[in-house]
Amino acid sequence: MTLRTKDLVYAYVPGRPVLRRVSLDLRSRETTFLLGPNGSGKTTFLDCAGGLRAPGEGEVLLEDHPLASFSARQRARLVGYVPQFHEPPFNFTAWEVVLMGRAPYVRWLSQPSARDRAAAAEALTALSLEGFRDRPYYTLSGGERRLVLVARGLAQGAAFLLLDEPDAHLDPANQHRVLRAVQEVVAKGLGAGVSSHSPNNALLYADRVALFSSGEILATGVPSAVVTPPLLERAYGIPFVAVGDGNGPRAVLPSLT
Amino acid sequence: MRRPTFAWGVLLLPLPVVFLALMVGRYPISPGEVWAALTGGEVAEVVRALVLRIRLPRVGAAALVGANLAVAGAVYQGVFRNPLVEGRLLGVSSGAGLGAALAFLLYRQPVVVQAFAFTGGIAGVALTSLLGWAFGAGVLVLVIAGVLVDSFLSAVLGIVKYAADPLGTLPAITYWLLGGLSGVRAPDLLPLGIASAIGLSFFLLFRWRVNLLTLADQEAEALGVRVRVTRFLVVGMGTLLVASAVSVSGIVSWVGLLVPHAARAVVGPDYARLLPAAAGVGAALVVVLDTVARTALTAEIPLGVLTGLLGAPLFLVLFLRFLRERGGWR
Repeated sequence: MTLRTKDLVYAYVPGRPVLRRVSLDLRSRETTFLLGPNGSGKTTFLDCAGGLRAPGEGEVLLEDHPLASFSARQRARLVGYVPQFHEPPFNFTAWEVVLMGRAPYVRWLSQPSARDRAAAAEALTALSLEGFRDRPYYTLSGGERRLVLVARGLAQGAAFLLLDEPDAHLDPANQHRVLRAVQEVVAKGLGAGVSSHSPNNALLYADRVALFSSGEILATGVPSAVVTPPLLERAYGIPFVAVGDGNGPRAVLPSLT
Repeated sequence: MRRPTFAWGVLLLPLPVVFLALMVGRYPISPGEVWAALTGGEVAEVVRALVLRIRLPRVGAAALVGANLAVAGAVYQGVFRNPLVEGRLLGVSSGAGLGAALAFLLYRQPVVVQAFAFTGGIAGVALTSLLGWAFGAGVLVLVIAGVLVDSFLSAVLGIVKYAADPLGTLPAITYWLLGGLSGVRAPDLLPLGIASAIGLSFFLLFRWRVNLLTLADQEAEALGVRVRVTRFLVVGMGTLLVASAVSVSGIVSWVGLLVPHAARAVVGPDYARLLPAAAGVGAALVVVLDTVARTALTAEIPLGVLTGLLGAPLFLVLFLRFLRERGGWR
């Protein structure tokens, strides 16, 4: 399946668009990283692609159906969203948080069914979180919290998952755990759109990369073609050097002057 | 830590409490006599009248008021993502107080007072919602609108009190505002009963989905929840519960704030279990407190005063626990 965006334009303030004719396809079985500086439009793009904001111009298509033509409930069964932060006012357990992912399947005046519970349990298992089932969310570490949110997205049963900076504020090991988990669910058939501030994570975990700059996409392609010093310098405005071992770049670093 | 699943058991807690409350009073009645009066058995006519006509309406009203305030408080805490609010957040009590005061000023009949208080409470929240909706229907906007409306209606209430006859009407208004169930008679139960049946059964069915409103708006939208519509429906149902309770009992503070936390401590924060538990604990608590209010002294203690006396220290304990859990004030 393909989640296709065509010529998206979005402006929070009239006359100052943060997305200027952005077109990008997210595909099943692919992890697409969105890179680019702060304010370059990555999060706004994810919001539009997930149907949470209506673009001013352009359209979002799932296969050939406009995403806007689905009801909120239908849309939530197709496209899931994993926020960067989740701060519940009460100390829900991991299980209770993940079960909320079943919201699009629970009818208005009813409770989660046995099927919903099974799906939530499956999502916990898929991310090896069975042991955290009854742990209150506030007692979890940053990495565990992020994994629980990914599990909630998985429980949602959507074909596409959009993740807003899932690697932010995590230590390297936890970044690896979360992004590896995303890779694993993608290998099972999902499509993922991941915004990130780490070009190196894109090199490690992405199948494709879109590089944003000032509301436009500078380049799209495989990581080794996009995460390159010249393109990164155009996007971020500082020089980079690539560190590699002959099979293309392994990492990029700001080049010190 | 697996949470116990006896939330539904808590819902039965009011039954024995109500039975005990029917026995207690200036004229004590034995359990056998209460049972006989309730089931139509053989008992002195005066005892039957006392149990069925005098005590049962009052105890029943106490149970409904407690359940309504507790359920609405729990729901409001979720909807407004703030553990320290209760159902009176959006101007329901100042609206009801103003309505009641106007009724005292103009008509002085209990039924009219109840109707005016109910209408005033709903109108207060409607005004808040209108303002909130006009400014984008966000949670914070609603809270600010609630503060505005509450303060404005309280000022108008002040004018009504100032204009009231200081020997007749003013004491009646003041006493009503203190909160209490001493004036409750059987007919007063009908509107309260209908409103409670609608509101409580709605939340009994909707209870799991209240969880979704505790999420950030965008998170909930991403899960397919139509946040604005759902929030206004839930706030509306909560208002129905609070306004119907307040119109009978006057201002009874703290129950809506503290009971949900007591219930949460036992069954956890999941609304699927929390709401039945809060309803049970709230009903039982207010029946107990109202029984104390009518029996502890020869004169009636206003129920609102009693809940205030108990509520403030309990709130302090709760707040300290909240601080410890969060590791300080954010």
